[in-house]
Amino acid sequence: MAEMTHEARDADRNDDLTVDLTVDLCGVRLPNPLVLASGILGTHASLMHRVAIAGAGAITAKSCGPAPRGGHVNPSCVAWDNGLLNAIGLANPGAVDEVALLVATKALLAPLGVPLIASIFADDVDGFARVAATIAAAEPDLLEVNISCPNVASEFGEPFAASCASASAVTAAVRAAVDMPIIVKLAPNVADLARIAQAVVDAGADAICAINTMPGLLVDAESGRPVLANRTGGISGAALKPVALYAVDLIARAVRVPIIGTGGVRSAVDVVEMLSAGAAAVGIGSAVYGAGPDVFGLVARDLVRWLAERNLTLADVRGRTQRAPSWPEAATPAPVPQADHALVANPQPVLR
Amino acid sequence: MNDAVLPRPLRLAAVRDENARTRTFVFDASIDAAPGQFAMLWLPGLDEKPFSLLDTDPVSFAIAAVGPFTRALHRLSVGDSVWLRGPFGTPFALRGDDHLLVGGGYGVAPLLLLARQGLAMGHRVRTVIGARTAGELLLVDATRAAGATVAVTTEDGSAGERGRVTDVVGRWLADDRPATLYACGPHGMLAALRDQAGRAGVPFELSWEAYMRCGIGICGSCEHDGMLLCADGPVLCGG
Ligand SMILES: Cc1cc2nc3c(=O)[nH]c(=O)nc-3n(C[C@H](O)[C@H](O)[C@H](O)COP(=O)(O)OP(=O)(O)OC[C@H]3O[C@@H](n4cnc5c(N)ncnc54)[C@H](O)[C@@H]3O)c2cc1C
Ligand SMILES: Cc1cc2nc3c(=O)[nH]c(=O)nc-3n(C[C@H](O)[C@H](O)[C@H](O)COP(=O)(O)O)c2cc1C
Ligand code: FES
Repeated sequence: MAEMTHEARDADRNDDLTVDLTVDLCGVRLPNPLVLASGILGTHASLMHRVAIAGAGAITAKSCGPAPRGGHVNPSCVAWDNGLLNAIGLANPGAVDEVALLVATKALLAPLGVPLIASIFADDVDGFARVAATIAAAEPDLLEVNISCPNVASEFGEPFAASCASASAVTAAVRAAVDMPIIVKLAPNVADLARIAQAVVDAGADAICAINTMPGLLVDAESGRPVLANRTGGISGAALKPVALYAVDLIARAVRVPIIGTGGVRSAVDVVEMLSAGAAAVGIGSAVYGAGPDVFGLVARDLVRWLAERNLTLADVRGRTQRAPSWPEAATPAPVPQADHALVANPQPVLR
Repeated sequence: MNDAVLPRPLRLAAVRDENARTRTFVFDASIDAAPGQFAMLWLPGLDEKPFSLLDTDPVSFAIAAVGPFTRALHRLSVGDSVWLRGPFGTPFALRGDDHLLVGGGYGVAPLLLLARQGLAMGHRVRTVIGARTAGELLLVDATRAAGATVAVTTEDGSAGERGRVTDVVGRWLADDRPATLYACGPHGMLAALRDQAGRAGVPFELSWEAYMRCGIGICGSCEHDGMLLCADGPVLCGG
């Protein structure tokens, strides 16, 4: 083994290893836990098909709203040292045209056994219900409710994900409008994430996606101007990973529904970390930059190898962060998980 | 790992009129890029748009004034700054040693660099440059000066042969087949060339355009036939 080149080792990497990567997400079977995050290549059936062929376990379409939107002026997405900053501004064709896009996409994904997740947004509660009802005609496998885009605050005001009341109102309205399982996508930059997670679950969310991007600003030194035309944007990629892990762990301790852990996942080890923190599946977006859609197949292959080498299953890994035993000698033992505890106080200060 | 590609300011060193609506912008910097790659040019406070590299050392572009952003670029003068993000995209790759280059409108821009690259390797380079009218022809003299054979077509017959680039290409494909055909220009022209080259069994590399946002293969806005023109393209191969 020591004499083997990297190439030789890669060549016989996992082909004879088998580990079951399938995941059940609200009754929907995913061939693996790697979900294409919303807003990355989710604009065209051909691109979503390509990502599925490349090895994704589920595909989330770009968020769509009640009416067509052109999105923000450029620059609207740039790569910086530790991730991306984007303010695409929810460019989308509107719910009516999105139905045709989703129908075409589902027809391409179904033969691959890769489920389709539609994603919706709106600027008021009734709008969410209407867009959900329109999109339901396309029969996506799951519906993600994006209440957490940080890039439209100047038009839409504070994201619905910022408070329990607005997050649960949107969730309840969408729940009443459609039959399919719904995923509510939360924001990290809120005062009381655990309580908001509990509120959306109480209002009927079947799953939670955590997290959307975190607001950020890049400034061009030479001109003194913000790099993005929208001034601010959403931070994604490597820089977001600790924030996402923090959110997933917090939510996993607060509620029992499956979580799609999203933020900064680029490798199989990142996936294992996210599952350990309590995620049932893992969103991948920014890692498509550089690696292209092939990142899904590469990460899935490495995940099989990582698990096989340790003789572990996905179930073994999931939630380990909360289950981790503590040394009897430890001065302050880590909190012991309790069965069915509803809520864990958020360690963040709450401003009222 | 640091994959940052942020806009950086370049100073305009020279500006030249090429034709009635196209100007060449030469900057005081060089860039490590290949023919067919593009960069996003940013005027802070206005917009950011994609342009093919006309040259890499010094960084140059040939830009037609067609709308708000390109008109603003045309108002700049020597000493002004423009911000560049890139280079992006998959370049042309020379295949064989007998090349046929076809440029329509400002699509000639990325081909001059390709012509120079082929000629420097001692290859045969033939070029067809087309436009609607004589005043819109681009880089004819520069391409000749580089040493390539140049045929010119205009739709109104005001210069060169009356007709379209595809007329000349049809003859050359029939009489004196090149190893590979390379083209950049309007989509209609590219689609016609793709059919011609396909029928003649000549491999082709075509540079397509689409509206671009991220330029880095993330947002999906530049989709074309299941490809991302900013990352898989702008040059797509076939044949
Ligand atoms: C990969 C790539 C490489 C490119 N390389 C070059 C280049 O080397 N030189 C260059 O000049 N341009 C190039 N372009 C096109 C350039 O990006 C657009 O012309 C520019 O974005 C126009 O911006 P604007 O705000 O001035 O006009 P817009 O407001 O975007 O357009 C104004 C009007 O002009 C029309 N229009 C746009 N482009 C053209 C055109 N070429 N001819 C006629 N009408 C047009 C539009 O449909 C619109 O009606 C390239 C585009 C891509 C995708
Ligand atoms: C260019 C871009 C566009 C995005 N658009 C959306 C969107 O339309 N809806 C949404 O819910 N999230 C959107 N997101 C957020 C991602 O889905 C994801 O939550 C975030 O990028 C973190 O994951 P990552 O680090 O793997 O990219 C977008 C992200 C990026 C980079
Ligand atoms: S411009 Fe965003 S993917 Fe090509």
